[in-house]
Amino acid sequence: MSAGATNKARSSWLLFHAAAVFAFLYLPIAVLILYSFNGQGVGGFPPHNLTLDWYRTLFDDGAIWDSVLNSVQVALAAMAVSLALGMPAALALDRAQFPGKALFRRLVLLPLILPGIITGLSLLMLFKLTNTKLSLLTIILGHGTALISVATTEVFAGLQKLDRTQEEASLDLGANYWQTFWRITLPNLKLSIIGAALLIFTLSMDEIAVSFFLIGRDNTLPLEIWGRLRRGITPEINAVSTIIFLFSLLTIVFWYRLRLRTEANADLGSELL
Amino acid sequence: MFSRAYRTVVTAPPLVWVTVFLLVPYVLMFCYSFWSVSLSQTIVHSWNLDNYKELIEKPVYWQALLRSMWIAARVMLFSLLLGYPLAYFLSFYAGKRKDLLYQLVIIPLWVSYLVRAYAWKTILGSDGVLNTLLQYVHLTSHPLDFLLYSPFAVVLTLTHIYTPFTILPIYAALEHIPRNLIEASHDLGATPVQTFWKVIFPLSIPGVVAGATFAFVLSLGDFLAPLLLGGPSGIMISNIVVSLFGAAYNWPLGAAISLGMLLVVVSLLFLSERLEKKWSFS
Amino acid sequence: MALLDNPVATEPAGVRSGGKSALLKIQEIAKSFGRNVVLRDISLEIAEGEFLTILGESGSGKTTLLRIIAGFEKATSGELWMAGERLDHRPPYRRRVNTVFQHYALFPHLTVEQNVAYGLRVARRPEAEVKQRVSEALDKVKMTAHAPKKPSQISGGQAQRVALARALVNRPQLLLLDEPLSALDANLRRQMQVELKSLQREVGIAFVFVTHDQEEAMVMSDRIALLRSGELEQVASPREIYSHPETAYVAQFIGHTNLLKGEVHSGVVRYGAFSWPSSSPDGPALFSLRPEHIRLSGSSPSVGAVQVRGRILHQAFHGATELIRVECDAGLILVVRTAGGLNAQGEISLEFSPADAVPVRQSSERN
Repeated sequence: MSAGATNKARSSWLLFHAAAVFAFLYLPIAVLILYSFNGQGVGGFPPHNLTLDWYRTLFDDGAIWDSVLNSVQVALAAMAVSLALGMPAALALDRAQFPGKALFRRLVLLPLILPGIITGLSLLMLFKLTNTKLSLLTIILGHGTALISVATTEVFAGLQKLDRTQEEASLDLGANYWQTFWRITLPNLKLSIIGAALLIFTLSMDEIAVSFFLIGRDNTLPLEIWGRLRRGITPEINAVSTIIFLFSLLTIVFWYRLRLRTEANADLGSELL
Repeated sequence: MFSRAYRTVVTAPPLVWVTVFLLVPYVLMFCYSFWSVSLSQTIVHSWNLDNYKELIEKPVYWQALLRSMWIAARVMLFSLLLGYPLAYFLSFYAGKRKDLLYQLVIIPLWVSYLVRAYAWKTILGSDGVLNTLLQYVHLTSHPLDFLLYSPFAVVLTLTHIYTPFTILPIYAALEHIPRNLIEASHDLGATPVQTFWKVIFPLSIPGVVAGATFAFVLSLGDFLAPLLLGGPSGIMISNIVVSLFGAAYNWPLGAAISLGMLLVVVSLLFLSERLEKKWSFS
Repeated sequence: MALLDNPVATEPAGVRSGGKSALLKIQEIAKSFGRNVVLRDISLEIAEGEFLTILGESGSGKTTLLRIIAGFEKATSGELWMAGERLDHRPPYRRRVNTVFQHYALFPHLTVEQNVAYGLRVARRPEAEVKQRVSEALDKVKMTAHAPKKPSQISGGQAQRVALARALVNRPQLLLLDEPLSALDANLRRQMQVELKSLQREVGIAFVFVTHDQEEAMVMSDRIALLRSGELEQVASPREIYSHPETAYVAQFIGHTNLLKGEVHSGVVRYGAFSWPSSSPDGPALFSLRPEHIRLSGSSPSVGAVQVRGRILHQAFHGATELIRVECDAGLILVVRTAGGLNAQGEISLEFSPADAVPVRQSSERN
C-alpha cells in the first residue's frame, strides 16, 4: 500500500520541519531567558553560577523604570489616538463612498508595511518645519499615525464578519442609524476593538524604528535599552528582555482566552435563536 | 451608506489626520530632497537637483542599495522556505492542535524586535553562546568570526523576525482552499504531489506574494539589525540615511534617499498587488 | 486500462444485480465515526451500465457510502470489489471511479477546458488525444462555447455540466454523483434529470446517484436502494418499490400512502369497521394503500370492493390531481387521490380493491 507509506513519510517530514522552525523561532528567546540568570555574563557555555542578581540590579535601576513609565503613557495615548481614528476609518472604508477613497485606503494602510524609518523621518521633517520640539508628544503622534492601520484592519475585519441583516432588522424595528450603531454595530465589534487595543499597546511598547527619530529628552523603554546596548551588554538587559517576553506572553494568552470565550458565547447565542 | 451627517462625522477626522500626518510629511520629504545644506550646518531652501546627482554619481549609494536588496532577497527566500511548509503543516496536518500551534506562531510577533535582535547578538558573538558551545563540544577550536558583524548575522536575524510574518498570509490562503477541490483532484487521478503543484500551490500564491512582500520590504528598510549585528560589511541603505540625519547632518540628501526608498517600496507594493489579483479566483 | 473480465462467482452473494453482470460489489461495508455508527453491513451489487440511486434522508449514510466507494473514507469493515479486483485498498487516484461533487468542486484557477482536461493531463495522455476527448465531452454537455471561461464566470447549471464532463471524459467504469442537482431550482432540476438519464444511456457507464428526493430517484433510476439509518430497507426498480414496498418506511418514504393496521383471523383482515380477505398469516398486520387506489364509489359498487363512507376534511389541489383527506368511521383518516376538478363537499362514498392493500413489514426500530 505504497500510497499510505508515502503519506506517512510526508507527514513525518512536515512534522520534523515544523518542529525545527518552531525551535528556530523560540530557541534564541529561551537562551536569552536562561542567560538572564547567568552570573558570568551574556556569553560562555555552559552557563553556571545561576543567580537572581541581574533582576535585583534591574529592580534598582531608576532610569529603566522611568522609561517604562514613559512607554506606558505613550502606549495608552497611542492606543486612544489609533482607535479613535482607526474605527471611523474602517467604517468609512467599509460603507462610505467618497472621492479619493482609494488613495485614502492606501495611505491609511501604508505604515503597516512601510519600514519605520520612512514614517519616522517624514514626521521628523514635519516637526522640524513647524518648529515643534521633540518630546513624548511627538512620539505619541508618530505611534498613533503608524498604528492607525492596525486599528483599521482589525475593525474592518470585524465589520466584514458582521451580519448586515442584523442592522437592517434594527432599522426595521424603528431604531435610527445612530441608535443602530450603538446598540447593534458597536457591541458586535467589541472583540475587534479589544484585539486592536491589545495589539496597538504591545506594538507601541516596543516600537523603536519610528521613535528613534522622534525622541526628545525622555526615553521610551526600547530606546533606553538601545542606548545601553551601544555602551555594552550586560545580563541586566537579558533580565528586562525576559520580563518583556513574559508580559507579551501573558497578553497573548489573555487575548486567546478572551477570544475563545467570546466566540463560544456567540455560538451559544445563535443556538438559542 | 447612511445619512450625510453620519458620513461626514465618520470620515472627516481620519481623513484630516491622514492628510496632516501622512500625506503632508511625504510631500515635505519630497521638498527637502531638492534643498541643500550650507557649510554652517543649516538647511538652505534653494531648489536644485544636487542631491540626486550625488546619488547617481557616487557608487557608495548604489552599492549600499544593492547590498540591501540582496540581503532583503535572501531574507525573503529563507522566510518562504521556512514558512511555507510550516503553514502547510498547520493547515493540513495539525488537526485539533491547529489553533494552538497558530498561536505559537504568533507569539514571537508580539515579542519585541529589539529583544529578538539582542538575543541573536548574544548568541552569535565570539564569546557568545554558539561559539562557546561549539568549542565546548570540540566541533571548532576557535570562534567563528563570520557569525556576528556580517551580512550573515543580519540575514539570520531578519529571517528570524520576519518568518512569522510570512507564515500568516500563506496559512490564511491555504485555509481558504475548499477541501473538496483536493478530493476532486484525487478523484480525477492526481497523486497528492501532483495535487499540490496543480491545485494547492497555485491557489496559495496570493498568500505567498503577500508574505514575500512583507519580508522583502521590511528587510530592505531595516536599520536596527545592521547597527546591532551588521558590522562594517553589513551596512544597509537605511544606515546611510540614519547617519545623514545624525552625525553626517545632511537632511536633504537623506530625504532624497528616503524618497527613493519610498518610491521603491510603493512600486513593489503595486506590483505585488497586481500579482495577488492575477492569482486570486473566487 | 482495459476492463477486466467478469469475476469468478466465489464471492459471497450481495444483493444481486438482476441479470446483468456485476461491476461493483459492496460486501458488508460498515462505517463508524468514533462511537457513531453510520453504516451497518451494507451489501449491494451494481451492474454494468445501470443507473442506481441511493436514496435516503439526511443522516441515512448515503453520502458516506458514496465517499467510501470514491475512496475518500475508509470503511471500518467490509470489502469493495470492482471487476474482480479489491477496490478499497486503492487510494482514490488509482480507482477507475469518478465523482460529480455536490458543489461541483471546479478548480477556480483553471478554465472550463482545463478543468475538463485535468484528469487526462494528469495521466499524461498525448495532447492531441486530450484535445479531442475534451471537445467531445464539452459537446456532450453542450458547454463548448464556454470552454475558455473561468468557473466564476458561469452559472450553477453550467458548472454542473462542466463537473459532469470533467468526470466522464476519463471514461470511468463507474460514475458517482453526490446530490448534483440539489443546488438547482425546480425547473432546471427537472430538465437536468431528463438530460442526465439520456446521457447515461448514451455513454453506457454505470451511474450511482445519491439523493434525498424520492421523485427524482423514481424518474431517473433503473434501481433504487433505499437507505435508512445506515441499513438498506429495500433495493428494487422504481415500479417494484412503489407498488410492492416491503416495509412501512418504504411505503411512506416513496410517494404517499395510507398505512392500515389490522388484525388477520383465518384469512380475513379486520381494519376498524372494514374487512376484506387476505392471505397473510394470523395476527396483527400492516397494509399500504396508495391514495390513487381509492376511488369514488359509482352508483353501483364494484364486486369485491371494500366500501367506505366518510366526511371530507381537506382538499389540496395539485394541478393534475387532488389529495383529499377523508374522516371515516371510528376516527380513521384516509388520503385519497382523484383526478383534479372534483368539487365534492361533506359526505363521500369511497371504495378500494383488497388487492391494492399491500402487506408490508413494520420497520425495525433504529436510532
